[in-house]
Amino acid sequence: MADENFLSDEFVRQLIAVGEVDIVVGVPTFNNRETIGRVLNALQVGLVKYFPRQRSVLINPDGGSTDGTTEVVKNASIQDFQTLLTSSPLRTMHRISTSYVREQDGKTALRIILAAADLLRAKACALVSPDLESITPEWVEGLVRPVYKEKFDLVTPIYHRHKFDGLLVKNVLSPMICAVYGRNIREPVGAEFGFSGQLACHYVAPGVWPKDFGESSMGLWMTTAAIVGGFRVCQSFLGPRIHVAKSSEDLVQTIQHVVGDLFRCLEAHESFWPAHSDGQPAPVFGFEYSVALEPIRINRQRMLQMFRVGVNELGSILESIVTPATLQQIRSIGQLSDREFRFTDDLWAKTVYEFASSYHRSVINRDHLLQALVPLYRGRIGSFVLENYRADAEQIEKKLEALGAQYQSLKPHLIETWTTKK
Amino acid sequence: MGEYIVGTVRHTLLEFLHILVGFLPRMLAMLIIIAVGWVIALLLKFVLRRALALVKFNQLFQTTNLSTVLTKASLPPPDELLSRLTFWGIGIAFIFLGATALGVVALQELIAKFFLFLPQFFVGLIVFFLGLVVANFFGRATLLAAVNANHPSPRLLSNIVQFLILIMAVTMALDQMGVGYHVVLIAFSISFGAIMVGLAIAFGLGGREVARRILERRFPEDKKEEEDEISPL
Repeated sequence: MADENFLSDEFVRQLIAVGEVDIVVGVPTFNNRETIGRVLNALQVGLVKYFPRQRSVLINPDGGSTDGTTEVVKNASIQDFQTLLTSSPLRTMHRISTSYVREQDGKTALRIILAAADLLRAKACALVSPDLESITPEWVEGLVRPVYKEKFDLVTPIYHRHKFDGLLVKNVLSPMICAVYGRNIREPVGAEFGFSGQLACHYVAPGVWPKDFGESSMGLWMTTAAIVGGFRVCQSFLGPRIHVAKSSEDLVQTIQHVVGDLFRCLEAHESFWPAHSDGQPAPVFGFEYSVALEPIRINRQRMLQMFRVGVNELGSILESIVTPATLQQIRSIGQLSDREFRFTDDLWAKTVYEFASSYHRSVINRDHLLQALVPLYRGRIGSFVLENYRADAEQIEKKLEALGAQYQSLKPHLIETWTTKK
Repeated sequence: MGEYIVGTVRHTLLEFLHILVGFLPRMLAMLIIIAVGWVIALLLKFVLRRALALVKFNQLFQTTNLSTVLTKASLPPPDELLSRLTFWGIGIAFIFLGATALGVVALQELIAKFFLFLPQFFVGLIVFFLGLVVANFFGRATLLAAVNANHPSPRLLSNIVQFLILIMAVTMALDQMGVGYHVVLIAFSISFGAIMVGLAIAFGLGGREVARRILERRFPEDKKEEEDEISPL
């Protein structure tokens, strides 16, 4: 049972009044006036269209919005379903709002939704971002059906992205989780998830909820905790993810937070992953399709220049992080011209693994270690873009599979360096 | 007259012999104390060297760059340095102990003053060591931030930060030890002030164009260099 002490009395009263439900959909908000109305409408239509007989509730924890978001949430409702659907809702759809003091990392909203799902004994839950512009009612089906009908415990999203979008996920997070945890998950840090009530209960159990994870990588924690806990994990194709961009972290902060949290996951689960080796694919639901996406501007020359400067200036720092052989290889590719530059898959996988091991052994200050990874990541991305500039989606998919195979084959190197003291 | 002279000489010789007889045992005691102290210091040096090697003492200092600093200064590594310092520290302490056994009042006062100075000396060493750690940390932080921000001279920035913090640490350590208090304070104030004024003049007058370019890059009206649009997540 979850620790409910952080839930307000009013919120708990509302939950008790609703009683047990089949589906909980959580939408945390903070100054999302522009998009929340559309998101809530899409969720309502999705629940009516795909789960008309199930008892459902929308839970909205708000972190103190000052732009009128709470009023929009209160007033957002579909007056006439007949213009959208051929059927009408059979059950009352409940909606509960609560407010909380928004911490710096915003994890409290997720915890409220998980605790509410546990208290309401929900069979299936979904977590949706409030700033989506591309959400459709089909997202509800995609996130909830694998849990409700197929009895999976966690549904991670698959988004249709530009081939050069989300390269940190494609080059570090996804292949590393596949190799280390044994599950091939394409989007382990997605912002939308589906999960079972049982898994929600597990997440908020004492001793499981993480204290030192950032908001941006809670998806990572949810994914790895589900795998380690032996829960059934699958993926669901949702389509393109277009959202209102707020002032976001730069690359250095992103790598510090997300990659740092990935390494912390490895530490937290180090009794689990050395023994699990086979990268099993997680089943995929939904019909994958592609649409034309806006082109992305990339300054490859700048990336490679920053890589070379980083390798030259940070040599003494990199010496204490990676092995001499790896550093020598990194230095040698820094001598190559832009056209010949290649940061190969095996070198990249080895570099990431050695950074993970050095992070675990705290060879230097951990924030500094993660910052030292940034120029190397730039070099890797520059190489990836150069190699795949004219590649189509299928070719990129094959390249990513090859990268995943390298991570897999070099896992013994990670295990060896993890436990070796320099 | 002759008897008086003989008597005086005999009395003086007897006095001298009496002093010598009183001094020799104290001299012997001093030598024994020093010899024992030497043996104890040697033993402790040997034991400490083995113990530090067992706990991999040198690795604790890898993050602080102390080993590199010591190597550049042609000094032995941290464990050997500590063993030798312990040896000499104990040896000198027993020498002073032996010297007090001589019973020379002026010498005893000097030794007392030296022992009063020792705590300040060790605190000063700790202050210097902490300053070294802080300088190394902030120097590295500056280097990483400058490299990732594509700053044109990351190493120079890092070295300046490290140097300034080290200067402050040395000044504070010397101040703590009470060594040349006024000289150190005045020298530091003049040097620091001169560096700041020099930088201001160099940057404001001599580096006007560079300053303008840096500010234009920092607060651009029209972006010359296109940033990437790709999102890592």
